[in-house]
Amino acid sequence: MERVVRHFQEELEALQARLLEMGGLAEERVRAAVQGLMSRDVALIDKVLYGDEPINELHIEVDQRCFRLLALYQPMATDLRAIVAAVKINTDLERVGDLAVNIAEAAKRYAAHPPVKRLIDIPRMTDLAQAMLRDALDSFVRRDTALAQRVLNEDDVLDSLKTHIFRELLTYMLQNPSTVEPSLDLILISRHLERIGDHATNIAEDVIFMVSARDVRHQAPSESEF
Amino acid sequence: MNGAARSVPSLAGLVRQAGPTPAPPQLPVKIQAEGLNFYYGAKRALEDIAVRIHPNVVTAFIGPSGCGKSTFLRTLNRMNDIIPETRVEGQVLIDGRDIYEPGVDVVALRRRVGMVFQKSNPFPKSIFDNVAYGLRINAMAGSRSELAGRVEESLRQAALWEEVKDRLHESALAISGGQQQRLCIARALAVRPDILLMDEPASALDPIATQRIEELVYDLKKTYTIVIVTHNMQQAARVSDYTAFFWLGKLVEYDRTDKIFTAPAEKLTEDYVTGRFG
Repeated sequence: MERVVRHFQEELEALQARLLEMGGLAEERVRAAVQGLMSRDVALIDKVLYGDEPINELHIEVDQRCFRLLALYQPMATDLRAIVAAVKINTDLERVGDLAVNIAEAAKRYAAHPPVKRLIDIPRMTDLAQAMLRDALDSFVRRDTALAQRVLNEDDVLDSLKTHIFRELLTYMLQNPSTVEPSLDLILISRHLERIGDHATNIAEDVIFMVSARDVRHQAPSESEF
Repeated sequence: MNGAARSVPSLAGLVRQAGPTPAPPQLPVKIQAEGLNFYYGAKRALEDIAVRIHPNVVTAFIGPSGCGKSTFLRTLNRMNDIIPETRVEGQVLIDGRDIYEPGVDVVALRRRVGMVFQKSNPFPKSIFDNVAYGLRINAMAGSRSELAGRVEESLRQAALWEEVKDRLHESALAISGGQQQRLCIARALAVRPDILLMDEPASALDPIATQRIEELVYDLKKTYTIVIVTHNMQQAARVSDYTAFFWLGKLVEYDRTDKIFTAPAEKLTEDYVTGRFG
């Protein structure tokens, strides 16, 4: 029995390591896509556009690992919750990888136009979304519900930055119709970054469920407070 | 937790001040234990058990060997009475009446609270006579045809009729282990109990025979209150509605089965159901 448990534990740790690897890749690709936007570096943007394969492979591998653990060990309680959480986190991380590609696509189109303005809020959103993603994954590894809760609280800041970017770019578009196309791409990018924050939020919610068996999804923020 | 919650002392500091989760008030209670202690000589095998078991559901008792789950099961039909130098304190109420009260007819009690054991133990008689046995000694059938009717009904309830109807007068020892266990269930059902206690009823059976017993348990709960002791946690998770986890003679946690196996409240339960025990 003990040996089986140890084996399961090792498998669970390997699963966790794969998810972290995936999270690191996703984060790096978001960073590269935004850096390509900022520096108008089409070669860097292309690297993001055509480099989705490692994340996709991990996506499949993590699912297979979860599937195997469920079938072979029939885990219970915290172990069951950990694997269900891993399945969901896997999907979220894969989507973050896709969003990096979406950002790179918009960045490539944007680079074909003169810059609309100096970009300030998009890098801020990027930093925040990346920090949320990192914290969500840290909270997963450390089983830290307080950190997961912080990720949930940060989502509002990201949302308001997105709204702010939209309003600001609207004024540019009204003043000068030639900025409409590149402005729309910036709005899209802010939307993608906001979605990355949403995925980090999902991960944080899964961590809280995994650790404490509390389902905090679809609650008003005040209810999900500790 | 309410006032009925009992402390689970020390346990290496692992158990929080907890106890059986009280049943929601709207659920009827079939069996109720209060402050139940059980001693084998000087050794206390059950400590302050308090639990309410609901009618027409399956309640599973889980826990490591020697945790008291089988002992507790046997207190529910006073099967421990036959073991010398044992002593019971506290109450076990069935339908509100204390079965340890002086004057309780133990034979009548065991008729109401049937029992099936780990090892199938058919009598060395025919299949028919095994099922008819309880009816005959209790003079529960008025005529030969009534007896035959009750035997058939019991074998049908135990999902065995189709397999044995053409060989009712062959020896019960000639059928397979899984069939013998269902025969023992039929024998227990023949006297029309309202509670069925099952002590590891499938642990000696192969997976197919086990599955048949589990399906049977699922069907029988419509009619009976079932309490099952099992070492197989997947089995407890599959067949039961409520689960009680015992450890060192104490009831550590009692709750809905889905709760026990997905999000138990106690660390000890968690360690046991995830296999991290000991």
